[in-house]
Amino acid sequence: MGALSIRKVFKEYGRGATANRVIHGVDAEIADGEFIVIVGPSGCGKSTLLRMVAGLEEISGGEIAIGGRVVNDVEPSERDIAMVFQNYALYPHMSVYDNMAYGLKIAKVPKPEIDARVRKAAGILELGALLTRKPRELSGGQRQRVAMGRAIVREPQVFLFDEPLSNLDAKLRAQTRIEIRKLHAELGVTSLFVTHDQVEAMTLAQRMIVMNKGVVEQIGSPESVYARPESMFVAGFIGSPPMNLLRGQADGARFEVAGAVIALPQAAPRAGELVLGVRPEHISLEPGGWPMRVDLVEMLGAERLVHGRIGDSGLTVRIDGTAVPPSAGQTVGVVAAPAQVHWFDPKTTRRVDA
Amino acid sequence: MVERRPGLNVLAHLILILGVAIVAFPLWMTFVASTQTAEQIVQNRPMSLLPGDNLVETYRVALFGGQSNYGSAIAPVLPMLKVSLISALVIAVGKIAISLLSAFAFVYFRFPGRSLCFWMVFVTLMLPVEVRIGPTYEVVSNLGMLNTYAGLTVPLIASATATFLFRQFFLTVPDELVEASRIDGAGPIRFFRDVLVPLSATSIAALFVIQFIYGWNQYLWPLLVTTDESRYPIVMGIKRMISGGDAATEWNVVMATAMLAMIPPALVVLGMQKWFVKGLVDAEK
Repeated sequence: MGALSIRKVFKEYGRGATANRVIHGVDAEIADGEFIVIVGPSGCGKSTLLRMVAGLEEISGGEIAIGGRVVNDVEPSERDIAMVFQNYALYPHMSVYDNMAYGLKIAKVPKPEIDARVRKAAGILELGALLTRKPRELSGGQRQRVAMGRAIVREPQVFLFDEPLSNLDAKLRAQTRIEIRKLHAELGVTSLFVTHDQVEAMTLAQRMIVMNKGVVEQIGSPESVYARPESMFVAGFIGSPPMNLLRGQADGARFEVAGAVIALPQAAPRAGELVLGVRPEHISLEPGGWPMRVDLVEMLGAERLVHGRIGDSGLTVRIDGTAVPPSAGQTVGVVAAPAQVHWFDPKTTRRVDA
Repeated sequence: MVERRPGLNVLAHLILILGVAIVAFPLWMTFVASTQTAEQIVQNRPMSLLPGDNLVETYRVALFGGQSNYGSAIAPVLPMLKVSLISALVIAVGKIAISLLSAFAFVYFRFPGRSLCFWMVFVTLMLPVEVRIGPTYEVVSNLGMLNTYAGLTVPLIASATATFLFRQFFLTVPDELVEASRIDGAGPIRFFRDVLVPLSATSIAALFVIQFIYGWNQYLWPLLVTTDESRYPIVMGIKRMISGGDAATEWNVVMATAMLAMIPPALVVLGMQKWFVKGLVDAEK
């Protein structure tokens, strides 16, 4: 019922030869009730894609279908969607109750039903005591909940979230993240959530769509995106600190980076120019490993980050906070876990499998 | 003024009191004159600065008309007040309505010649009624609107100032609000009525005050388009009471009329003071 299909959708501004294409053919099939997060750096087209689903941007090509119905030429209000905006976009002169009821009033839903739906949503979001307040009398977190309430009362097939947490402080953001998950578990409505924050993406998503420069880099569960990044962009974007990427010449188990040669635990998938990727937590300090000169050690509490270089390439290693850290200037040996080494083609930036 | 020196305080008060006295003294003179008889005003030199005992009689004559001491008729002010009130209200409300709608069109709709239209409206800022009075009179007269309320008000309704003000305000309304209402299913008119107009309430109030006074104080235009006494506004009425040449002027009645002419704008300002200041100072979004 609430499935969402995005087929070969592209978006360009302007016409003809001078057209500026910002989304280059996105394909995604989203099942009913799924929670999907679109994540990417600013300017990657994620918000534009969401706004095309909402009907606020025209679709230059391709098809978007909600619940099996192609909605390319359907007005936003007729698409059976609800959207939560980054700045909440509450009507400043209306009370919380009227903000939530406004869409239903326009849709000529009978008064008693409006009242029931608003009160139910207010109950779920714990807004019951605030119904008569104006938005300016609310805190940021409360406004955010009203914006969600306005979406819930519409009882749509798809929820669209446009970076709804970016205006909250860190603590409230973590809390609201959990609330959104609970809400999704309770209502089971298909949700499309846009964010540039990979932590939000990892924690909220059932599946995530990683976008860069108007192209989908990878679609998959947070686990699979983290464990098997399909491109160098995904490898560098998801995970904090990001995956180490070393560029060099591979020849069997020998890998030559600028200024150093390292011995691989397993032979590279092919000879020639390649990029080796390994996450900081999959590297350990071991004498006799790759020689790394330590530049800086950061203490993060439970863990420490050791920043250093092999030859001229930077490398970050995550070690236990209780371990004795190496000191800056020292040269230590590091070893990568064999199963956790990823290979990428530097030309196509795509993953290379053995 | 961070410093707190008694000398400075006294000086500041002196200047303020002087300012108030300069503004208030003519008003007091007017009021005092309206409470005396015409003879008292003319015969006592200088005129007494204390209120006389003729207040009720003067205002009765001014409002309802009557005979002067020299036998000439004095026109009643009450119908003039009505004309002034109706035209000022029509001008103020009309200006606000038209400006709101045109600003709405300029900000939220893409149509061919949009910026041309906007600049044409903008240019009229340079053409107040006084400049275009000849052609405007011609148009009004050809349309048969002389001596009508339409003739008194319509040419004064078009307003670039108010259009410009509302346009600037609408530009500050976040786009997300427009989008949210689109998703809520509100069409353009609905959005205008339910969101834009309520948000503009303080600006509307401020403009109402300004435009009401503008309409109330019109003198030159009514002078041209009205020849029928029943369509004279009060500002013209004052002038007509001051007779030139040999005839004596009933100064007490003139002053009473002036007082009466001041009251409605003063009431509007007092009544809407809070909104007025709010509208000029903050734009609540």
